[in-house]
Amino acid sequence: MTELRRTPLTAWHEQHGGRMVDFAGYLMPVQYEGVMAEHRAVRQACGIFDISHMAEIALLGAGARAALDRLVTNNIATLAPGRAVYTALCNERGTVLDDLIVYCLDDARFLVVANASNRNKVVAWMRDHLAPGAQLEDDSDATALIAVQGPRSLAVMGAWPRLREHLAQLRELAYYRAFTLTLDGAGCLLSRTGYTGERGYELYAPAAKALLFWEELVAAGRAQALAPVGLGARDTLRLEAGYCLYGHELDEETTPFEAGIGWVVKLEGRAFIGRDALVRHQQQGVAARTIGLLLQERAIARQGAVVHCGGEPIGRVTSGTFSPTLQRGIALARLERDPAAAPLSVDVRGKLHQAEITAVPFVPTRVKD
Amino acid sequence: MRRADVRYTKEHEWIRIENGEGVVGITDFAAGELGDIVYIELPEVGRRLRAGEAFGTIETVKAVEEVYAPVTGEVIDVNPALADTPQRVNEDPFGDGWLLRMTVEQVDEAELLSAQEYADVLGEDA
Repeated sequence: MTELRRTPLTAWHEQHGGRMVDFAGYLMPVQYEGVMAEHRAVRQACGIFDISHMAEIALLGAGARAALDRLVTNNIATLAPGRAVYTALCNERGTVLDDLIVYCLDDARFLVVANASNRNKVVAWMRDHLAPGAQLEDDSDATALIAVQGPRSLAVMGAWPRLREHLAQLRELAYYRAFTLTLDGAGCLLSRTGYTGERGYELYAPAAKALLFWEELVAAGRAQALAPVGLGARDTLRLEAGYCLYGHELDEETTPFEAGIGWVVKLEGRAFIGRDALVRHQQQGVAARTIGLLLQERAIARQGAVVHCGGEPIGRVTSGTFSPTLQRGIALARLERDPAAAPLSVDVRGKLHQAEITAVPFVPTRVKD
Repeated sequence: MRRADVRYTKEHEWIRIENGEGVVGITDFAAGELGDIVYIELPEVGRRLRAGEAFGTIETVKAVEEVYAPVTGEVIDVNPALADTPQRVNEDPFGDGWLLRMTVEQVDEAELLSAQEYADVLGEDA
């Protein structure tokens, strides 16, 4: 067994009651006080997350923009400096290698954020398919990532003394925008992004500064009831918001259309890996689709649970949890064909539980509030 | 607080036996390890349970754990409050968070531990 990797904040989590688990090869906190309390903190006030396990990959050079535009499904050609996009990275079959956020820092500098579990695969794929004129650097180990999420996140960030000179920029920062800044002499990136469905910020900083900035943010957040939040609530928050998770909704057997993120596929006037397959896929019509299920009770239909309609299996749950906000079971499910009639049911350990198809997000997102 | 007037199992259940009936729950240790409980599946009243048999499941967002009958008998009653407020098991595992009542037909004394023996199983200091 190989030793689990640590982030610059692992020791802090251990010292502050974090219950530590293996996540994508990293020793990460699944909770501190408890999943429900942490979930509530983010919906009602604010939470701080260590997500330094995420992979940060820099694409540099005059050819970086064109090279990235050839790799991903969303449009990078027109991505202005200071903006970010969510996108899929597909193979030639049009199925998903990973989902990414791409930031344009300037015309010759792009930051790609990938899932920790896919880091090596994504770096290798990008290197193998990189057009000339671009250089790739895997900065994951040198980069920490701290997320501050919740309705009071602006108040918390605004109370952090280091941002005093950047308050105007901070207040004006719109959703999926970012700016670079120097904090304690270190180059950082602050973005208005997140994975909770709430207003929130993500700070990319050198690993050596992570503990200092984290402790300062925790202190700045005290007046706003800021709570440290583990991966348990990160998952209930993202699922209430209807966000995909790689290995659940997304994998190398699934196209972005089937996963319900067809909006990140921009086919018009572009040439990217997987485009031909995705055009064919779209012309043939997408049979499978991802929908939201609301269970009639508190039961949890987890990944793999079979969805039935009129006694016939029609699909499987890709992610399921208990929604702390709705106090019911919620799930994303991939249906191979349209249900002929309501009601649907989900098989949870041999027992059928009634469920209805519901709009996603399950809980309205407030990212632009 | 761990109670002295109940018996424990190595699987972290407790049972309080009085007049041929037993009230069953999970221990404070188990509830703490599990974290926030969001769903509990309990057996039908009238179901016969053998000692050591799984009779239900306790779920958190991260895990599903089975619970086992401490003795052999028949289910007389299940805690009706847990359907809507399973967090009672976290809040009061030896009181409001009881799981079920059952008849006590057969007890394997060697399988039921005193509070001290249970503490020893957990490696806790006296």
